[in-house]
Amino acid sequence: MAEDAKSGRDDTEPRKRSVRFVLITTIIATLAAVGGVALLVNILERRQEARNPFYRVVELTDETTDPAVWGKNFPLQYDAYLRTVDQVRTRYGGSEAVPRTPTQADPRSVVAQSRLEDDPRLKIMWAGYPFAVDFREERGHAYMLEDQIFTERQQVAAQPGACLNCHASTYVAYKQLGNGDILAGFEKLNQMPYFEARNLVTHPVSCIDCHDPSTMQLRITRPAFIEGMRALKEAEGVKNYDVNQQATRQEMRAFVCGQCHVEYYFRGPEKRLVYPWAKGLKIENIMAYYDEERFKDWTHAETGAEALKAQHPEFEMWNQGIHARSGVACADCHMPYVREGALKISDHHVRSPMLNINHACQTCHRVEEAELKARVETIQQRTFRLRNLAIEALVELIEDIKSERAAGRSDSEIAPALDFQRRAQFYVDFVEAENSTGFHAPQEALRILAEAINFSRKGQMALRQATIAKSSN
Amino acid sequence: MNLRTLQIALLGISIGLAAGVGGYTFIYAKGYSYLTNDPAACANCHIMTEHYNAWLKSSHRAVAVCNDCHTPSGVIGKYVTKASNGFWHSFAFTTGHFHEPLRITQRNFEIAEESCRKCHQEIVEAIDHAMANESLSCVRCHSSVGHAVIGE
Repeated sequence: MAEDAKSGRDDTEPRKRSVRFVLITTIIATLAAVGGVALLVNILERRQEARNPFYRVVELTDETTDPAVWGKNFPLQYDAYLRTVDQVRTRYGGSEAVPRTPTQADPRSVVAQSRLEDDPRLKIMWAGYPFAVDFREERGHAYMLEDQIFTERQQVAAQPGACLNCHASTYVAYKQLGNGDILAGFEKLNQMPYFEARNLVTHPVSCIDCHDPSTMQLRITRPAFIEGMRALKEAEGVKNYDVNQQATRQEMRAFVCGQCHVEYYFRGPEKRLVYPWAKGLKIENIMAYYDEERFKDWTHAETGAEALKAQHPEFEMWNQGIHARSGVACADCHMPYVREGALKISDHHVRSPMLNINHACQTCHRVEEAELKARVETIQQRTFRLRNLAIEALVELIEDIKSERAAGRSDSEIAPALDFQRRAQFYVDFVEAENSTGFHAPQEALRILAEAINFSRKGQMALRQATIAKSSN
Repeated sequence: MNLRTLQIALLGISIGLAAGVGGYTFIYAKGYSYLTNDPAACANCHIMTEHYNAWLKSSHRAVAVCNDCHTPSGVIGKYVTKASNGFWHSFAFTTGHFHEPLRITQRNFEIAEESCRKCHQEIVEAIDHAMANESLSCVRCHSSVGHAVIGE
């Protein structure tokens, strides 16, 4: 009995030890197995992602306008697209969410900051034109239709359906109006009153406006861009250019944006949307084109000048800059590639690269983020300073013309000054309305502003000469 | 079943399971390929695909593979570097926590810089004299010779 007990005690220690060893080893081995399985599953998932799978959940046709339907097949792109509702300020742009009290006429409870309040001189520049009534910082793509419907500009002037070409997904509407022919539909839509045409569209810019639903390839759906490019290429000596057939993939990554981010006008009573590129994309080409067409956007209310309003000529400005020259497209900076697992997609949250410097700039520029931001802001600061001088010069010209008119000068005496005002106004606006504060083509932007100042001062001198000529008579 | 049998069974099952799963994962993930010099191995985990594609089109393609520039000379240094990078790259890619665009670490940068000199020693020496206090960085100017990934 005593011996048994003794041998039992002797036995317990090693036995305990071996039980502990087995338990610990089992736990470690099991954990390793669990980790191994987790890793295996992870590798498997990444391999699936890398195959770039696309699950056809719904059938997309050439009539599918609703982006949510496309989003079922392309959830990652759609999620990012939805984020264009974000309102974030940048140093010289972006948009700030400004609360407002909704009214019956305008149910919006949030808008962007008013540019007219920021700089009241714009009201003098644009006197007599609807932009002098309401002009706000542009918000993201998600708001394009809503902001156009409710702007006060709608209340002071009857707008044509042509405005919708770039404020809604109009591709399917063109097809329906034109019985399958987008050009015929485009011509009909342009002439309709805005609020009649507005009933034909539902969504802001959508997937179908840039993508072919069967291949997902980029394509141009805006007749005005197709015609504009044809005219431009014709001027360069290329006949019958068809952008959808002849543009490269990389060109298309800028062209789809150029469908709307351009200077334009409505030609004739049929209100045809035209991009004025028949002589070239540079400002003097566009100015010469408008002079030849004897086109004016409006008559300046205080001077009577036949004025031109430039609108967001981002595509034209970018074309004069170093990035375009280096083959960098709009999408490279505004929709840079992002990684989702092992998959690479272009970021459909279209926004200012200044809010996404890492992906937008640092893929090519291996420089610290703070340094890149400082470079951009230096360019913008210089442009903004010269823009202010150019507006100041233009406002002084307008004041001088007004006082000469008050002093009883005849139209023919003032005519040269009015022509200079027309030029100065368009040149200032070409940079002012362009959404990069000079960044898309820094030297070109400053050149344009310098010429604008020159036009304003020459206009003032023309008035002086008229006065001197009169007094010496 | 006595305790001893139970213990052996437990050990056998758990270790066997771990070894089995581990072995399968190793083969499935082409773990053995990392011991080779094949540049395709570096693109196994997708992140390096663009760099691999760019290298295929570069001038260095004919004369140097990934390991020639991204590992130091000597067998020990080479495999220590491969093991360290292999672990940390896998860790980063599995967890998804890494900087994009990718940034080379200081250590790997120095290895790459040294590697230029493995072949271009003569020309580097000829110009290095001018910079007595700081050493010349090759890739500061020649960043695109190995694999130029621009805007992808």
